[in-house]
Amino acid sequence: MNVNKNEVWTLAEVRNKDIHPVSRELLAWGRELADSMGAPLASVLIGCGISSKAEELFPYGADKVYVIDDPSLEYFLCDSQVNILEDLVNRFSPSILIASATTQGRTVMPMLSARISCGLTADCTELSIDPGSGKLIQTRPAIGGNVMADIKTRGRDPQMCTVRPKSKRPLCPDISRKGELINVSPSANLPASALTYLGFTPETSIGLPIQEAEIIISGGKGMKNSKNFAKLEELARLLGGTVGASRMAVDLGWAPYSAQVGLSGKSVTPRIYLAFGISGAVQHIAGMSGAETIIAVNHDPEAPIFRVADLSIQGDALEILDGLIDSLKKRQQ
Amino acid sequence: MRIAVLVKQVPAVDNVKIDENTGTMVREGVEAELNPLDLHAVEAAVKIKESMPEGYVEITAITMGPPQAKASAAYAVSMGCDRGVLVSDKKFGGSDTLATSRTLAKAIEKLGPFDIILAGERATDGETGQVGPASAEFLNIPALTYVSSIDELNDEYIEVTRSIEGGHEKLRAPLPAMVIPVKEMNIPRLCTLGGKLRAKKTEIPLLNADDLDLDENSTGLKGSATWVINVTYPQMTRQGRKITSSGRLEETLNTILNFLDEKNCLGESK
Ligand SMILES: Cc1cc2nc3c(=O)[nH]c(=O)nc-3n(C[C@H](O)[C@H](O)[C@H](O)COP(=O)(O)OP(=O)(O)OC[C@H]3O[C@@H](n4cnc5c(N)ncnc54)[C@H](O)[C@@H]3O)c2cc1C
Ligand SMILES: Nc1ncnc2c1ncn2[C@@H]1O[C@H](COP(=O)(O)O)[C@@H](O)[C@H]1O
Repeated sequence: MNVNKNEVWTLAEVRNKDIHPVSRELLAWGRELADSMGAPLASVLIGCGISSKAEELFPYGADKVYVIDDPSLEYFLCDSQVNILEDLVNRFSPSILIASATTQGRTVMPMLSARISCGLTADCTELSIDPGSGKLIQTRPAIGGNVMADIKTRGRDPQMCTVRPKSKRPLCPDISRKGELINVSPSANLPASALTYLGFTPETSIGLPIQEAEIIISGGKGMKNSKNFAKLEELARLLGGTVGASRMAVDLGWAPYSAQVGLSGKSVTPRIYLAFGISGAVQHIAGMSGAETIIAVNHDPEAPIFRVADLSIQGDALEILDGLIDSLKKRQQ
Repeated sequence: MRIAVLVKQVPAVDNVKIDENTGTMVREGVEAELNPLDLHAVEAAVKIKESMPEGYVEITAITMGPPQAKASAAYAVSMGCDRGVLVSDKKFGGSDTLATSRTLAKAIEKLGPFDIILAGERATDGETGQVGPASAEFLNIPALTYVSSIDELNDEYIEVTRSIEGGHEKLRAPLPAMVIPVKEMNIPRLCTLGGKLRAKKTEIPLLNADDLDLDENSTGLKGSATWVINVTYPQMTRQGRKITSSGRLEETLNTILNFLDEKNCLGESK
């Protein structure tokens, strides 16, 4: 096997023994870079019993998939992931390594960067190749989204970054596309994980985690009480979305912290963000200004949220929420 | 049991400025505070201390930054940490997360050994969340990230619940380990007058590059592997449609529904 030091790598994400769809988004990011560099695009797939699924990545743009399939890799344990990635990087010397800014990516990438002394840029929203140097330019929002910083990495490769989930759409799958599947056995003597996996309890709330949702129905203090707030769930169900919340709503106990959007919560990039009774403080906007389309309902014509909205509705949040729920129910009958 | 907490001083979020030439943050004349998410790490440490016999746990708050960052270590002391240490040197200026983590790990080794190291999920200025896990790696210990509760703790190991996509995961790690709480883990206490007085009386010693045996190629700007080449100010406002709903609810609802339809968001509910 010839080692091509120019490769662009994406770290496929495995959850519950399946390849998670963010892995396809990563390939869309990687494909653009690989094409402009004239380099191959490869995914790294780490798991247990996962090699049979590796083929799923070719239609989305992978030229190669490096598979590390081992019974010890049944669960995501950060230390063994780092050991394996270090081993792979040393053996194949990729030029770029991209992971998703999920809890997995945000854990393993900083650890790997320390292990191999490579730079790492978090939460990028744009990536490109500098035509002069051929180096990766990583663009990320900073300071609550008030600033976009272009960042370069120096020193040894790979140039590493994480990208926000949902900030790029997967390529249209091309089922005729084939690639090279490379089974890699880890180097001997890689230490076993020091961690013990004790179990997983799925969240019972409806819908996807907000970072992955296409439609977010979000509420703030303007929803007035928890009973009103709960109606957002109903609209979310009707639209196939997920409920989000401002910090006020979370602090008031109307929503769990996992639903908080903003600077001290999650950054989200849905197709549609509906904000009911949210004023639009800078810290909130920092987390949602990346939404493709924003609809805001607020009875204050001066509410700052209107500055970032594509559709601004000045009116009573509850009345409009009830109205939407009714209309949608009628349509579904 | 010895615990270290990494706390960072950040500019109070509302008034952050960027130097257009260097692309770095202007810190002069800007109000500073302890990174809000680090309060949860401090609270977790103090809770552990309170759950153990008197005198069994000692907590050291470590902050790296310019001399005035001392205030953050002092604030952590006022919340209940026993000691505070400032890691500061001109040579540390311009450190990226890699250089920061390397430096903090050296400080932790110097001040240690520790059984548990706590860090915040992410700082409101850099917003990378990389320093905690990267410091753990420099210390060669496992990182427990996104921890929503500590379920068991003894001298050998710690069991935690992690809040991850789609649910909660339980893990056990041998000590020493890095523990990085999320906000839902606890509600940080306000510091009491007594705490403030104690902080005033507590000396915050300084560690510099020489103390840590760090040469200038492994820390600060020179020891950093990423650098900012350009900064732009995105236009955040959108030119949207504005409508007033008063008295025309039906019309408003139709506008919203049509809008959702245009964006293909009414899928099966059509
Ligand atoms: C360090 C720091 C971090 C922070 N992080 C976050 C974060 O991650 N996420 C976040 O959201 N906030 C964050 N905040 C808090 C933020 O500053 C705001 O306090 C918060 O976003 C306000 O929430 P809200 O919009 O729900 O409440 P409010 O600001 O009280 O706004 C309520 C809105 O509802 C409207 N309203 C009231 N009644 C009705 C009605 N009947 N119909 C229609 N509209 C109505 C009002 O006009 C008002 O605009 C942070 C703050 C700090 C200092
Ligand atoms: N300069 C610093 N001094 C002490 N702790 C820090 C420093 N920078 C980062 N940290 C810790 O690492 C966490 C993540 O920071 P960041 O990677 O900058 O988002 C913070 O919440 C702190 O706990």
